[in-house]
Amino acid sequence: MTSAVLLRRLLPHRRARTLPSPAAPGELVAKAVGLRVALGGRAVLDGVGIGVRAGEVLALVGPNGAGKSTLLAALAADLAPSAGEVRIGGRPAGDWSAGELALRRAVLPQAAALTFPFPVAEVVRMGRAPWAGTEREDEDEAAVAAAMAATEVEAFAGRPFSALSGGERARVALARVLAQRTGLLLLDEPTAALDLRHQELVLRVCRERAAAGDAVVVVLHDLGLAAAHADRVAVLHGGRIEAAGPPSEVFDAHVLSRVYRQPVEVFPHPRTGVPLVVPVRPGPHRRPASPPLPERDNSPSLTGP
Amino acid sequence: MTALPEAPTTPEPPATDPSTTKAPAAEPPATEPPAPRRGRSAVLTLSLLAALLLLSLLSAGIGAYEIPLGDVLASVQHRIGLGGHALDRTAESVLWNIRLPRVVLAVLVGASLGCAGALMQGVFGNPLAEPGVIGISAGAAVGAVGAIALGLTFLGNWTVTVCAFVAGLATVLLVYAMSRSGGRTEVVTLILTGIAVNAFAGALIGLFLFFADNAQITQITFWQLGSLAQATWPKVLAVLPCALLGLAVAPFHSRRLDLLALGERPARHLGVDVERLRVALILVVALLTAAAVAVAGIITFVGLLVPHLLRMANGPGHRFLVPGSALGGAVVLAAGDLAARTVAAPAELPLGVLTALLGSPFFFWLLRRTRRRQGGWA
Repeated sequence: MTSAVLLRRLLPHRRARTLPSPAAPGELVAKAVGLRVALGGRAVLDGVGIGVRAGEVLALVGPNGAGKSTLLAALAADLAPSAGEVRIGGRPAGDWSAGELALRRAVLPQAAALTFPFPVAEVVRMGRAPWAGTEREDEDEAAVAAAMAATEVEAFAGRPFSALSGGERARVALARVLAQRTGLLLLDEPTAALDLRHQELVLRVCRERAAAGDAVVVVLHDLGLAAAHADRVAVLHGGRIEAAGPPSEVFDAHVLSRVYRQPVEVFPHPRTGVPLVVPVRPGPHRRPASPPLPERDNSPSLTGP
Repeated sequence: MTALPEAPTTPEPPATDPSTTKAPAAEPPATEPPAPRRGRSAVLTLSLLAALLLLSLLSAGIGAYEIPLGDVLASVQHRIGLGGHALDRTAESVLWNIRLPRVVLAVLVGASLGCAGALMQGVFGNPLAEPGVIGISAGAAVGAVGAIALGLTFLGNWTVTVCAFVAGLATVLLVYAMSRSGGRTEVVTLILTGIAVNAFAGALIGLFLFFADNAQITQITFWQLGSLAQATWPKVLAVLPCALLGLAVAPFHSRRLDLLALGERPARHLGVDVERLRVALILVVALLTAAAVAVAGIITFVGLLVPHLLRMANGPGHRFLVPGSALGGAVVLAAGDLAARTVAAPAELPLGVLTALLGSPFFFWLLRRTRRRQGGWA
């Protein structure tokens, strides 16, 4: 019967999905091996290998165009690598269906957009969609409430998303990702639009998730934040991982100065000992009354290869 | 600070371990009561249903040959075997051979157009998408006109519908492929694509008219203005499968359409098979548009107006919007057809002209508002 076939094609269908089992602390949740990704004929990632472990915050840092977001997208199984492999939960990323992946990893995109003015609470609740029809559906309300509390968005729960400021939208998007309650969190610049207080808040949330046993991968531009909150840091440069390890080992003035093509100083915080990374700046001169100008960071040399 | 604990999903009885049972209990209770919105959906649905029923009964009674409301009810009751009584021969014939097929057709066409509009806006992620505006109706019309002009009858009664479906499907795919880039649809590209498609479809229809004989030309011209005047039961049957299939399938995709509002990648991250969803919905839109166009010609703006009004009234959630737009479209077209028949009685306004007269200013306002919101088109 052709109409039956047509009907089956038109109706959404849900394959039986296996629920993920919680990962043990330190267990490899996702990994990339020999990863090569070419976009528009150019290798954006070349020979990248990295492992993401449960209970750990891994920060990806590096200059613009180094391949941070591409690596994150590859770990999210958004991109098909031209060589190498991404494994999530012990299986090649391509072997999972979209529905199964959604139970295992949540992704915060760089820019949060919404085509229709859904209220904030409904946007956060969208994060629960993958669990519909599973036994963990019962957690929905609790997960939404907890995620909204953690990101401090309850105050505007009823407002339409389109009426929010950039920073508020970013937090709502993060709340949606937290509500998904997956064992792997991939966050692309979650702090970009946020003020000081909320930058700290977001990374504290990342830490809490890691402490609860999740694996968190976060793309950061602020090296100070990375040093203070990440267990491990991977410095990307030109599509390769230049250095990876605990921030205290990786944040070396020579390496960072070379990678960013900007002389930097690294020194321990006087109280906590956490490395601080600061561009080398000339001391205040000429007009002592005004604050010193930072080095211009949009010099033409940045557009080089 | 909330600890965001992972609730254990281990198979062993969880209640024995105090450390794991404590954590979920400490979580704050849900603060958002979803009740008001649900209540509003129910009220809206009920009032739309009531309006549709009332309009249908009025439409069945009002016209050159007046049939009192009580008689309409009695005759309907009689036919479905629930008491009532038959009317005299003329009244019975007017009611069952002229009025009721027309009412049913208006409801089917309106529901198809309203639903197709809501689906398209969701799939394109663009509130200005509508089968008429972006040329799908015109594309389907090419198929239908071609079938009439060339005198095709290879599928009997369903020939025009099938031709409209095939041409409509080809047009949706074309518009979709042409107006998307980088995973989103720009308003300008969409509208310009619509202009191009409408122009091309107009040319093809003109070509078919050129080859048609006089009788066919009259038929096509009248049909093209958008009208339900030639409603008969066979016509109802010709579109019923398309319309019902489309209307039955559409609501199952509502939840996924909500997620699609986040963008394609985020929707995929939430487990939506975006490619599959898009293909399925484009097929459904083509089915619904073809059903409407094949019998009623090009009736514009219903698919634009109805979802917008409902979104304003009840928010953008598709679980209400998709079936609600079908219902709302049926109400609008039932009212429109009643007006088209009675405003200039004994003459009859073409329905498509009426909806365009009322719909175009609304579209105008919508364009201005969208432009103001995003601060220009570029």
